[in-house]
Amino acid sequence: MSYHQKTITKISADLQAGKVSSVELTQSFLDRIEKFKELNAFITVDPDFALDQAKAADANIKKGKSSALTGCPVAHKDIFCTDGLLTTCGSKILSNFVAPYDATVIKKFKTAGSVTLGKTNMDEFAMGSSNETSYYGVVKNPWDQDKVPGGSSGGSAAAVAARLAPAATGTDTGGSIRQPAALTGITGIKPSYGRVSRYGMIAFASSLDQGGIMTQTADDAALLLREMAGFDERDSTSVDQAVPDYVATLNDNLKGLKIGLPEEYFGEGLDNEVASVVEAALAEYKKLGAETVPISLPNSNLAVPCYYVLAPAEASSNLSRFDGVRYGLRAKEYTNLDDMYEKTRAEGFGAEVKRRIMIGAYALSAGYYDAYYLKAQQLRRMIADDFTEAFKKCDVIMGPVTPTTAFKIGDKTDDPVAMYLNDIYTIPVNLAGLPGMSIPAGFDKVGMPVGLHVIGQYFNEAKLLNVAHQYQQVTDWHQQIPPGFE
Amino acid sequence: MSLNNDDVKKIAHLARLALTEQESKDFAGSLSRILGLIEQMNAVDTAGIEPMAHPSDAALRLREDVVKEKDQRDAFQEIAPATEAGLYLVPRVLE
Repeated sequence: MSYHQKTITKISADLQAGKVSSVELTQSFLDRIEKFKELNAFITVDPDFALDQAKAADANIKKGKSSALTGCPVAHKDIFCTDGLLTTCGSKILSNFVAPYDATVIKKFKTAGSVTLGKTNMDEFAMGSSNETSYYGVVKNPWDQDKVPGGSSGGSAAAVAARLAPAATGTDTGGSIRQPAALTGITGIKPSYGRVSRYGMIAFASSLDQGGIMTQTADDAALLLREMAGFDERDSTSVDQAVPDYVATLNDNLKGLKIGLPEEYFGEGLDNEVASVVEAALAEYKKLGAETVPISLPNSNLAVPCYYVLAPAEASSNLSRFDGVRYGLRAKEYTNLDDMYEKTRAEGFGAEVKRRIMIGAYALSAGYYDAYYLKAQQLRRMIADDFTEAFKKCDVIMGPVTPTTAFKIGDKTDDPVAMYLNDIYTIPVNLAGLPGMSIPAGFDKVGMPVGLHVIGQYFNEAKLLNVAHQYQQVTDWHQQIPPGFE
Repeated sequence: MSLNNDDVKKIAHLARLALTEQESKDFAGSLSRILGLIEQMNAVDTAGIEPMAHPSDAALRLREDVVKEKDQRDAFQEIAPATEAGLYLVPRVLE
C-alpha cells in the first residue's frame, strides 16, 4: 500500500517503527502535489522548507525524542500565518506577505514535529463556498474536475481527497470546513468556538471563526485535534478548559445514543439523493444501537440572513487593517492618504470581499444599526436557544451538510444569494458556537460524495469523533479515493 | 431595501474602496439582492430578546501588567511598503 493511501495514524506508527523516514514520505507527497498540480489545491509549496523539517523530524525520531505527529506531513490552509512562508489568505492584497511569526496552530504542529507540506488554496479571506473567489484561481474537485470542491477550505479539501496530503488544517466561519469536506468525501471537524486558538489565523468574522482539521478518518481527526486544541493566552476568546484525549473515547459504544433529527433540515430545498444517503446513514446508526428523536430548530431558516449581517459587519471592521501601510500590497499611484487607502483596497480585494465589506459597513452605519446589526444579534440568540432546547432531548444532532452535492464551476458565481444558501445547514452551528462535523456517507447517482452532518454539544468534540469513528468501523465511504488518484 | 449608484458610492467611501462607475452599478444590483435576503429577518418579532454578540458571552480576561513580548520592530517593518528611521511612511497629511 502506497503511503498516500494511508492515514496519519498508520503513517505515524510506521515512522515510529522505522519502516519509513519522514524525508521519504514528504518527498512522495511533494511528488504527488507536483503531479496533480492541475487541481490547484496549493498556493505555496516550498520543497526545501518541507524537507528540512522532515530531516529534523527523522533525527528526533532516531534520538527517541518524538511524539505521534513527529515526521507526519500536513498541509495548512493559507489563512494560518507561517514564519518564513508566504501567507496570502487567497488575496492579492497579501500576495507578498511573509508573516514574521507563526500562528499558534502552526506552532503546535511544529512543536509536535509535523512537516508543513505547503499552504492550501482558499476563497479570498475565507469568503466563499466554492473556492472560486481565490485570487489564485479556482480549485477543482478531484471527483469531477468540472465541479467545485466547496469552500472556503477548498484547497485543503481537494488535497486530502486526492491524497496529496494525509491531512490539512481548515477554518470554518459558516461551514468552510464541513461543506468542502462533504463535497469532496472527506472527514472534517469544526470544534466549538474557543477550542482552537485563533492567534495568527487571519480574521474574517471573529465571533464565528474557528480552526479545525480535515482528514481521511475520524481517528486521524481525533489525533490531530488533540494537538491543535487548547487554551492560548494570545487569543482573548480562547477557552480555558482541559483538552480530553479524543483518541481514548473513539471506541465507546453507541448503544442508547439519542440522535436528534431537526425537521427543518429535511424539508424543502434538500436534494432527494442527498436525503436518501443521509437516511441510509441513520439506518446504519440504528444498527449500532442508536435511536432517533424528532426535534425542531424553528429559527434555523433565518440563520443565513442573520449571518449575512453579522459576518460582513465583523469583516468590514477586521479587514480595515489592510490599508497599504504596515504590510501587504500598496497601490503604485495615489494623490493623498485617503486615495492611497481607496486605491490599495480597490486593487487588492476581489469583488466578493468588497461586497461583504460594503454590506458590513452599511449594516453598521448610522441609522441602520438597530434594524440590521442589533436585530441579527437578537436572532442569533434565538437560533442558539433553539439548539439548547433541542439538546434536552438528544445527545447529537444529525442531518445533511449541504442541500446538494458539488455544483459546476461557474454555476453560481453570478448570484451571490444562491451561493450563500449552500451553507443553510452549517451556518446555524457557527452562530451558536457548537462543534460540527462532516463525515463521508455515500455518493449521488453521478458519483459525487455526500456528507453526513453531526452536531454536538458545547465542548463535546469527543462525542462527535466517537460517533463518526463508530460509523467508519462499519462503512467504507471514507476509504473511497477519486478515480485517477488511487 | 434597494440601493442606487449613489448609495453604493457613499458606502464604498465609508469602507475606503475606490469604485469605477460600472462597478458601483454592478454592486448596486448584487448588494440590493443581499439586502433582500437579509430583510427576511423582519418576519420574526425579536422584541425583548437579549442580543448575542458572542457564543461564550464571556468577559475579557485580565492579565498581570508585565512585559512579555520582545521588541520585534525591525522584523515587522521589514515587510512594510515604506519605512524610515523606524517609522511607517504614508503620504503627507499636514501641510
